Amino acid sequence: MIYIVTAHSAFNENMPIYIQIMDLIKQRICAGQMGMGDKLPSVRDMAVELRVNPNTIQRAYQELEREGMVFTQRGMGTFVTEDKDRIGSVRNELAGRLVQQFIDGMTSLGFQEQQILYHVKSYLEHQPTTGADDNERG
Amino acid sequence: MNTVLELENLKKRYGLRWALTGVDLTVNEGEVLGLVGPNGSGKSTMLKLIAGLAHPTDGKVLINGQKPGPESKAHTAVLPDADYVYRWMTVRQAIEYVSGFYEDFDHDKAGRLIEMMGIEPGMKVAHLSKGMNERLKLVLVMARNADLILLDEPLGGIDPTSRDKIICAIATEYRWEHSAMIIATHLIRDIEPLFDKVLFLKNGQAELYGNADELRSKYNGSIEDIFKEVFV
Repeated sequence: MIYIVTAHSAFNENMPIYIQIMDLIKQRICAGQMGMGDKLPSVRDMAVELRVNPNTIQRAYQELEREGMVFTQRGMGTFVTEDKDRIGSVRNELAGRLVQQFIDGMTSLGFQEQQILYHVKSYLEHQPTTGADDNERG
Repeated sequence: MNTVLELENLKKRYGLRWALTGVDLTVNEGEVLGLVGPNGSGKSTMLKLIAGLAHPTDGKVLINGQKPGPESKAHTAVLPDADYVYRWMTVRQAIEYVSGFYEDFDHDKAGRLIEMMGIEPGMKVAHLSKGMNERLKLVLVMARNADLILLDEPLGGIDPTSRDKIICAIATEYRWEHSAMIIATHLIRDIEPLFDKVLFLKNGQAELYGNADELRSKYNGSIEDIFKEVFV
């Protein structure tokens, strides 16, 4: 499950916290909140922000480096990768997980493929768009 | 990585009642150990033995390789369950008083913490609410640059704001590179993300012991969930 973590108290402790932190950072990178080559917050700062043990943050950073999402420069810190393809593939991976969650949920409600697609299309069509359309609706 | 604390087959008996029946654990520099168990499971007894306030019936407590004594006490900060701050003092006076006992007391840290916690320095301790009292107790502990920090129920019976302030203060001011910390509690939910390791104490013995995230993986639950399973 991907949990969109916004505040320190929003952790789901059922799952290893370092994995949730990795997801949080991946989300921030894929959403553009952190740019390529940007410096990640220090382990300590992140630990305080999220109210989590710094060893847990450290582990998350190490795993992210193993996965090629970030790289560490001795004495300088940890930085977001400059590898656009890597970010793109992680973005797709996160999308895949969200889709799976959604499909699983819909399937458990008894919906078939066509109905699921209908629901998605219908939702997207009725979403408010920016600018001109809003004025028309008045 | 230094081992700050080592317990070897630690046992404690009060009269006929066994409080601890053989506990082994290690806490290394920079580690936070969550000591969880219901009331009466032996958590406070264990902390007392580590703090050198009582002697083991059998087994060993080793702090930096030595038995608890004046040396270890000078570098160990304890937050006890009970209130111990003189009620007639003001907050400011209480800080002055406690700082006199410890070389490692850091006045700047104390000032920062008092402000972070929103405590009125001029207020009499007797007039503080329970939540404010608990915050002050924590300030007096965290203001020290101690090697070993023992917190006995730091979140006991207080409002959510105070709980949050206390957790934030621990996360911010704990010297992760130098100190080791043990947090004994049965109020696990909010504080468990701070744990490196967890020891579940049941009837004076370790029921479960390990790395927090590994336990979460293994049992597919939070530490609080595992607690509910272990202590049905």
